This record gives sequence, structure tokens and C-alpha cells, in this order.
Amino acid sequence: MKLLIANGHLIDPAAPENTGMNVLIENGRVSAWLRPGETAPEDCEVFDASGLLVAPGFIDMHVHLREPGQEHKETIASGCAAAVAGGWTSVCPMPNTNPVNDNAAITRYMIEQAERAGMANVFPIGAITKSSDGSELAEMGEMKAAGAVAVSDDGRPVPNAGIMRRAMQYARDFGLPVIDHCEDKSLSSGGVMHEGRISLLLGLKGMPALAEEIDVVRDIIIAKETGTHIHIAHVSTKGSIEAVRRAKNEGIPVTCEVTPHHFSLTDAAVNGYFSQRPGRQDGPGTAGPDQHFGEARSSAYDTNTKMAPPLRSLEHLEAILEGIKDGTIDAIATDHAPHHADEKSLEYDKAPFGITGLETAIGLAFDQLVNTGVIGLERLVELCSSNPARIFGLDGRGTLIAGSAADVTMIDPCLNWVYRNSDSRSKSVNSPFDGWHFTGAPVATFVAGKLVYQRKDA
Amino acid sequence: MEKPFRRWDLLGIRGLSAAEINGILDTADNFREVNAREIKKVPTLRGKTVINLFFENSTRTRTSFELAAKRLSADAVNISVSASSVSKGETILDTALNLDAMQPDCIVVRHSSAGVPHQLAKVSKAAIVNAGDGANEHPTQALLDAMTIREHKKKIEGLNVAIIGDIIHSRVARSNIHLLTKLGAKVKVAGPGTLVPKDFEYLIENTLAAETQPANRGPQLEVMPRVEDAICGADVVMILRIQRERQNSAYFPTLREYSIHYGLTNERLDLAKKDAIVLHPGPMNRGIEISSDVADGSRSLILDQVKYGVTVRMAVLYLATGGSAITS
Repeated sequence: MKLLIANGHLIDPAAPENTGMNVLIENGRVSAWLRPGETAPEDCEVFDASGLLVAPGFIDMHVHLREPGQEHKETIASGCAAAVAGGWTSVCPMPNTNPVNDNAAITRYMIEQAERAGMANVFPIGAITKSSDGSELAEMGEMKAAGAVAVSDDGRPVPNAGIMRRAMQYARDFGLPVIDHCEDKSLSSGGVMHEGRISLLLGLKGMPALAEEIDVVRDIIIAKETGTHIHIAHVSTKGSIEAVRRAKNEGIPVTCEVTPHHFSLTDAAVNGYFSQRPGRQDGPGTAGPDQHFGEARSSAYDTNTKMAPPLRSLEHLEAILEGIKDGTIDAIATDHAPHHADEKSLEYDKAPFGITGLETAIGLAFDQLVNTGVIGLERLVELCSSNPARIFGLDGRGTLIAGSAADVTMIDPCLNWVYRNSDSRSKSVNSPFDGWHFTGAPVATFVAGKLVYQRKDA
Repeated sequence: MEKPFRRWDLLGIRGLSAAEINGILDTADNFREVNAREIKKVPTLRGKTVINLFFENSTRTRTSFELAAKRLSADAVNISVSASSVSKGETILDTALNLDAMQPDCIVVRHSSAGVPHQLAKVSKAAIVNAGDGANEHPTQALLDAMTIREHKKKIEGLNVAIIGDIIHSRVARSNIHLLTKLGAKVKVAGPGTLVPKDFEYLIENTLAAETQPANRGPQLEVMPRVEDAICGADVVMILRIQRERQNSAYFPTLREYSIHYGLTNERLDLAKKDAIVLHPGPMNRGIEISSDVADGSRSLILDQVKYGVTVRMAVLYLATGGSAITS
């Protein structure tokens, strides 16, 4: 079966290519690029991508699919359906399932469930320690053989520096990057939002920026010593970004990702100030400090503003934008964390951490980064596809050069659309972006040459 | 949700203007007379229902709200944690919606989590009155404190107020700081560095205080390095209750050391103005944050505060259920 993706604008930073180019797909792989006007084989089907950006499939390095164990929040099938609708062709689920993905059997199960669903590819992330309890190493070699692409204890980060050092020494034998959710819980415990003026104002216990930074610095020092690749999950503070920037300049093997919510919202959202503002001029970049004061709106204490790491203050958001711009930040990852509405409708300090993100990520990236001139489209593709593939060593992904997997993300950069929780394919609707207007949308997603999602109004 | 009638939530002092605060205090002044009668009851809220929904222990505040409702002839129902269905696994939201379905006019809520009154206000048809939410606000406490201060100082604008103790965990401090600074007083806070972070000055839009007196120069809210610095020249000294469990979480070493370095003694109180008054939201830990000499001394107005608590809550219930502010 042959398919020609015709008339689109191809951006493939790994090639590198940024031009009008037709992509020929055969048997789930890219077989050739054809210049516009170049004759395509007669027997091929044609997908008209006029006006669309054609990019190597986007890879979300950080999601929670909740299966096995918490299928009331999400299943691998529902999470993968949400992924392709959000333009992601591959997702990397964290191991905090029940039971924890700390062995090859669970890793295999996740991949098989994804194959059954037939939507996005799933590349599981195995646990660093058994049950992610921070004491004994998990069977990283076995998980790698079963298809795991990295190891992490994500939300239960290894507190003990000695164990972390051993984990990194061991992971190196298998070429597995170690991902750390940096949070020193002795500094953040009991906290429910960023520690700063808004937490003071709302009487909520804060999680200081240094709780993240102290672990980032620790991990970088261990990476320097062991030579193991450390990937810092969802960086959220100025100090973390500065530490990563310095480490990269020193040649230490460190990479990092950022979530769309951390480059879109500040902690003022917890106080209810997060209705979308039109354009960057009125956005968080230039809004005065007075936005935090005045009428205590009833939209304060919305539990869909609660996640870890927390939404930070403006100076951190600005440092994130700078890091995205100058290359310190390598990837955009959603940290898609579905929670059932019953759990999110608790008191603010008792509700679970996390929001969904698969279907809003590209909209937010256009809204906050592309349409505001922070980055161009090529850099966007790098952040969402080429870099994630490189960091996890996914051969034949993150690029569309001949021989690669035919995973393709197509984006209409001009489409105006509104995100509605009610339209979400995820089983959970814990998103603070309900009703946000976007320009720029994923409109068609191919996985292994198969059309798995097409936007109806595009 | 749209409130069906003209109803008003009291979620905190933060969202109120100075005019609204004065409106509540003036209305309360008009209810004082009721509490001075031999038969302390008026028919103002006859036929109205007030639910006191207390998820946290309280004797003083719950009794005060109950008396306030009853003196206005409202039907008051008390629901406390142990008797509530929260222990049966019901979410706070379900509890509130179930109570709301019984069509009360006002739900007075106290909860250990900040923001619960705000969350309830979003879904409830009844007016919501915050009787203390976590470390966020305790608006009626600040109102009764203001009433006590007004009674003895005849004004709030231009006063120097010291607030001493566990500031960061205190909803009483937050509500009081908002109220006092909105009405033009200058507030100095002090206590152990672990409980009074320097950043606390960011709590309010920290403009310069009204310069009615030279001593008033400087920002409206200041974190002082030592307790003595805060008390020096104060018109009002407000002492916060120290939670004994803070010692276990390493905020300070021992209650003994706390009382020596941060407790209010007559010696420290002498640094304040001669006619300074002392307030404490209760319940007191005698000999820890306040010495018995001070607590029982002539400058202590702790029992006045309790008395005005009922009056202020009458005004708040009256306004929350649709009454108009009364100004004399």
C-alpha cells in the first residue's frame, strides 16, 4: 500500500529540511521524498496536505496512562486516542501504574495494549527502583529488552543520593537515560502550590522553588561523575534552567523538558486569574503585579490549577521562555495526568496533583510560543519530535527521512479552534484550559502510515 | 451559580472595599443595643435558616454564630465533623449540595482546608459565610477585632497595630492585616523567622501608610526583626495563639524558649503606647504567647472581643441573608 502526502510544507529538523515536499509512504515507512511536481507512483493514494505543516510524528516524553490499575481515570486506549487527537504519534507512559511498571511483564503489557488500541505508539518508561519506593533497583535490563526507553520514579523521586548514584551507574550499562522528577520532599512536603506571594495570599502551603533546584543540581553532579544521561522532567524554575544551562556548557549529559502549562500559566491561576487573554500583550508577560489583587473571585482554588511541580510565578515563566528560546530546554512534554472528576472536586489541599494535557499542548505551544514569536515552527518540531526521539534513542522516529517510521503530525497553523473538555477523548477532564481559543491545531495524525486521526472541521 | 435572591457571601476580607467593611461595622453597631436588652431577641431573621457547618473543632465561633442567629430569630442548625457524613466518605461538595437542597438561607462554614468556602460558593444557592478556612481567612474575627478597636480607639485609620506570633499559619492574622490596612492602619508583624517570613510583606499591595502622624511613615505592612520592634509605639497589640504541634514540626525548639523570646509580658507591653490595648483571638495558652498578668490586666480586651463577636455575626448573617447595611 502506497500513500503520498502531497502539497504540504515539510519540516524535518533532523534532515534538515524546511520546504514544500511530498512524502511517499510504503508499508508503514517513508520510502522517498518527491519534489512538488515530481511524478508519484500511479498506484498510490494521495492525502492532500495543502496549507498544512507536515512534521515527523510528535513524541510526548511524559504521560500517565493509568493502566494497569486506575482504568477509571484513563486506559491505554483512551489515552492513545487523546494523544493522536492532540497530534502525538508516540507517548511515553510513566511507571506509576498499579502495580508499578518495574518489570518486563508490565512493560510488555503496556505495549500490547497500545498495539491492540492501534492508535499511538507507546514507549514505556520503567521504574528506577522496585515499586518506586526508592530502595532496591528495578530490573532495568529486562525492561529495556521488553521495550522500555528510559527509567524514572517520576512522582516518587529517589530521595537517597546514594541509590540515585547507583541507579545511574547501572542504567548506563543499558544506555537508558534516567529521568528525574526533581523534588526534595523534605522541602516541599505538605505544599500544594508554588511558595510565593500567591500562596501567602491564599493561605495555602507552598512548595519552594529550591525543592526542585536542589535535586536538579544533585542529579547534574551525579551525571557528571557517572557519565549517565540525566533527563530532568518538567523543569519549572529559573534556578533549574540556569543549572541545566551551565551543565550543558560544561558538556555534562543533561537534557530537560517543559510542560505547556508551565509556559502558559503562573501561580496567579490558583487565585482565579487565568482566563485566556487575547495575544501576548495582555498576557502574563506584561501584566502588572496588580492582577493578583482586588476582588477575591470565586474562581480561586480551582483544583485544575494544582499539579507538581506547581505553576510558578512570572519570573520563572519568563526564564522558561528564555530556555525554550536559547535551546536549554530540549523538549515539550505534557505530563498528561488524568484524574477522575470525583477526586478533583475535593478541597484544594486534598485534591490530587495533575492535569490532562495531550489535546491542548499544540494549541498552547502556538498560542504562547509560535504566534508570539518566541520560536519558529522548525524549533517547535525539534521540541516535540526530533529531540524527544534523540533523547530516548528512538531510531527511525523524530524524522521522516527515507526508511523512517511513517509517523506524521500535520498541523494547520491558521485554524482557529476552541478546546472543550466535553470534546476530549481522555477519560478525564481535569484541564484548566476548557474554553480557551487557539490558532493552530493538529488536524491529521498518521501512525505507521495509517490515518489515526483527522479533525472534522479542518 | 446565580443566587436566586439578593444574597451576599462573606468569603474573606480580601475582596471587600473599605466602604463595605465600614458598612458591616456600622450595621453591627446598630445591633449592639439588642445584646444589651434583657430579652435579647428581635424578629429580624424570622423564618430564615442558618446552617453552621463546622468541619473543624470550635466552641467559641460556633456558639457565637448560633447565638447571633437565634437572637435574630433565625432557625440555626449546627453540624459538626463527628456527626457529619464526611466521615462516611462523602465529598465536601456533596455534603454542601445536600444541605443546599434543604434550602437554607445561609451556610456558615469552617474547614481546615483553605478555599472551601470559595468552592462552596460556586455551587451553593445559599449565602456562604466563612467562619475560618485553613490558613486563609477568618473574616468575622477581623471584624470583631475591628469593632473592639473602634470602641476603644474611636478610629482605625492612623493606628499602629502589632501582630505577634505564628503569622504564616494564621487566618486571623491574614484577615486582620487586610482589614486594618484597608482602613488605613499600619501593621507590624513579628515572631520567629520560621513563622514570619520576610516575604509576608507581599501579602498586601504595600503602599505607604496614611501619614496622619509622623510615626506612621513607611509601608502599611512591615515584618519586624524582633517582637520588641513591632510593639514599640503600638496602639494595639494583637497576640496569636501558638499551636503546640508547631514545636514538633521544628518551627521553634520549645514552648519555654518561645515564651521567653516571643511571649507578651508586661515588660514588653510597656514598649507600646501607654493606652495600648491587647487583643487575643483565643483560646489562650497562658504563660506561653501571653503572660497571665497581661491577659488579666487592664489593657486586655479579650472578653470584649468575645462579646462583640456575637454582635458582628448578627450583622453578617443579616447582610448575608439579604439585609441592607444600616448606617446611623
